[in-house]
Amino acid sequence: MSAGVVDGSERDEQPATSGPLLRVEHIAKSFGPVKALIDGSIDLHRGETHALLGENGAGKSTLVKILAGVHQHDKGRILLDGAPVSFHTPNAAIEAGISVIYQEATLFPDLTVAENIFMGRQPLGRGRKIRHKEMIRRTAEAFDRLGVTLDPTRLARGLSVADQQLVEIAKAISFNAQIIIMDEPTAALPEAEVARLFDVVRNLREADAAVMFISHRLEEVFTNCQRLTVMRDGAFVMAARVEDVTIDDVIQSMIGRDLGELYSKEHSLPGERVLEVEHLTREGVFTDVSFEVRAGEIVALAGLVGAGRTEVARGVFGIDRVDAGTVKVSGVKLKSGSPLAAMAAGLGFVPEDRRQQGLVMELAIDKNMALASLPSLSHLGFIRSRSERQLASEWAVRLQLKYGRFSNVASTLSGGNQQKVVLGKWLARHPKVLIIDEPTRGIDIGTKAEVHRLLAELVASGVAVLMISSELPEVLGVADRVLVLREGRLMAEFSRGEATESAIMKAATGQISAAAR
Amino acid sequence: MTAVETPPQLRSSSPSLVLQVLRFRELAIVVAILLVFGVTVLKDPSFANALSIQQLLAGPAIIGLLAVGETLVIVTRNVDLSVGSVLGLSAYLVGDLFVHDKSITIIVALLYGLLIGAGCGLVNGVIVAYARVPSLVVTLGTLYIIRGVTAVIVNGIQINPTSIPQSFLKLGSGTILGIPYIFIITTVAVVVVGYVMRNYRAARDLYAIGSNPEAAVLAGIPVPRRILSAFVISGALAGLGGAIWLAEFATVASTAGSGYELLVVSAVVVGGVAIFGGSGTVLGAALGALLLNTIDQALVASRISSFWNQAIAGAMLLLAISFDRFVSLRAERALRRGEVEHGPA
Repeated sequence: MSAGVVDGSERDEQPATSGPLLRVEHIAKSFGPVKALIDGSIDLHRGETHALLGENGAGKSTLVKILAGVHQHDKGRILLDGAPVSFHTPNAAIEAGISVIYQEATLFPDLTVAENIFMGRQPLGRGRKIRHKEMIRRTAEAFDRLGVTLDPTRLARGLSVADQQLVEIAKAISFNAQIIIMDEPTAALPEAEVARLFDVVRNLREADAAVMFISHRLEEVFTNCQRLTVMRDGAFVMAARVEDVTIDDVIQSMIGRDLGELYSKEHSLPGERVLEVEHLTREGVFTDVSFEVRAGEIVALAGLVGAGRTEVARGVFGIDRVDAGTVKVSGVKLKSGSPLAAMAAGLGFVPEDRRQQGLVMELAIDKNMALASLPSLSHLGFIRSRSERQLASEWAVRLQLKYGRFSNVASTLSGGNQQKVVLGKWLARHPKVLIIDEPTRGIDIGTKAEVHRLLAELVASGVAVLMISSELPEVLGVADRVLVLREGRLMAEFSRGEATESAIMKAATGQISAAAR
Repeated sequence: MTAVETPPQLRSSSPSLVLQVLRFRELAIVVAILLVFGVTVLKDPSFANALSIQQLLAGPAIIGLLAVGETLVIVTRNVDLSVGSVLGLSAYLVGDLFVHDKSITIIVALLYGLLIGAGCGLVNGVIVAYARVPSLVVTLGTLYIIRGVTAVIVNGIQINPTSIPQSFLKLGSGTILGIPYIFIITTVAVVVVGYVMRNYRAARDLYAIGSNPEAAVLAGIPVPRRILSAFVISGALAGLGGAIWLAEFATVASTAGSGYELLVVSAVVVGGVAIFGGSGTVLGAALGALLLNTIDQALVASRISSFWNQAIAGAMLLLAISFDRFVSLRAERALRRGEVEHGPA
């Protein structure tokens, strides 16, 4: 560990201009036999953005839920402004000035934005009647302070992820929350929205609030946070100012071992053209998109969210009908609008939203893995469980899947392992082309590296991979070629050597013309 | 970094039309009622006479009252299938009260029915809210249990009109300024409950629970207590409905109100209350009851075989659900586009 890093025992000697606004000391929490949190500690000061880091399963979410009053800790102390506190209900935490913005949306889609913000604490008039106008006015005020323009009277249904988060932040502001905890707010945001979010966070911090920030994107932690705390296996590992540590230090303490290169750099020589996409157009969504993917290469589809990347992938796979253009696999034209034809031709598609589209959460792990290979596993139309189990155990080893039993349902797995199951499901079909949408979203760094290693193995065995990713370091580290989409049009193509973060961002935001191709 | 520029093709025409239909569901039902009424009057002018109109108002009063309570439950993403049985039990017990003492006042009789219903609702609510058993199963169970208990208590002995005081029977058949009393009772319930549902926190909590149950917990809403209240109110209104049933029909057998649960749920859904919770109004639900009853009576007046009644009620239900699905998809898309317009400056 580098200088400036303080471990648990020395924390008390840390010089501080004033006491921390919130101090969490050695708290523990078990759910039955499972110890979710063994020794959670963190100090939050006014006017700072503090990153809480750790792999999935490190206990971050449990810590957050304890601070939110959703769970109660078994051991340890929580000090707010020096006074011990304990929150038995979410309301108690809210009243103490702690506001949590959760990873998953917690809005009420059927209610207006204003009502969402004031749910449970609507301004009351005579006879405890809700003052609707006052509520709308105060919502507009909160949006003004954030510098956003959202209509307080619209329904929350249909809000983009970014706007949902702004509503949540407006809610925190309207509480006059002093401590704002954000659980992976940027995981689902494109870069431009992330920048906007951090502007808002900076405003909060300058208004003397303490912001606790959970993220898997270390780059943004280092540019936007002042201090960080790392947890591993339910326990505090280290706390430091960001300028005193490097990304490598943090990664090492998160995973507890040397990771080596985060992204594998080796790459094979591309072979023949496996996937050829020509002039693919879907009215109003994407226009005249042409590209090819060769055997043994990873091509990344980059661009801002809303640029049409997923839509192109869905068009290629035949989920959505296209209005014009063709898709060829190994020189054979695919029937358009037919995922079955695409699968038969050797295409595989790992969707972005694994919870909703990639996995059947209530189905057992082995059954999920076998789902795309059923024809080859059935006999006279009956599925043989033993074959399913066999296939699952084979892939579980190759993917280094961490699971309890194969008969457990998929929802019991961690995010990273769920993604491995989805991958295994498609790999079991031995696809020629694998389209993979946001392969590592919401996955911890250790598993991320494993997913990247798998992709590298795949291409080495001659599979063509088309990867959609919003994380530029991933695009740069993994892809052999980068295609940039903007507003449904292909703006630029970069080889591995040409691709840089700024070149891709410029193309994605339209600062260079299509001439760059 | 600059803000994302709005792609021009995403900027749409106004989302207003579909949204307005969505917002004015009640208006759409009123139009449908008037349409059915108008067409029937054209074929048979006697459909518009005072007696017939009184029938149109009084007919759906009990279903409408139950629909008000059912709305509260369905809004929380639950369902109360026991309302018909609760009505039957209450109707018999109120009648039995009169058999023992004919001097009981109307208010006491109504309150007695209301309390019996609230008791049944309390049982449903506790099991659903605290034991976390799905309401569909719980209320299906209590539907049969309460019906069975009623059969045992009635034991073949009917309540006869002679046991019931005239003043109470007048409540069921009387009018003031030509408007049936029972229509007024339901209207008062709709207005009061509708007002509360719009303007009070506890009622808004019900919508929040139905819209996103997990988020409701995180927002600090006392979810079990609210769900319990919804069931108690639904039961209480069904119990009140039972007392009114007695006043209207004067005789009670052990089958009183059987099958009502489906009529009530149909009315609620036709009235625009989302079956998966989160949205809808009691006014809409009551108007749904009025619409279904108007169609019913129009068929009778048009001398169309009553076998068509149920088929048409079913078709209305499917139409309403398909329409909701269609509108909400359109609205969602419109909101997404609108979202781009309202997006960050």
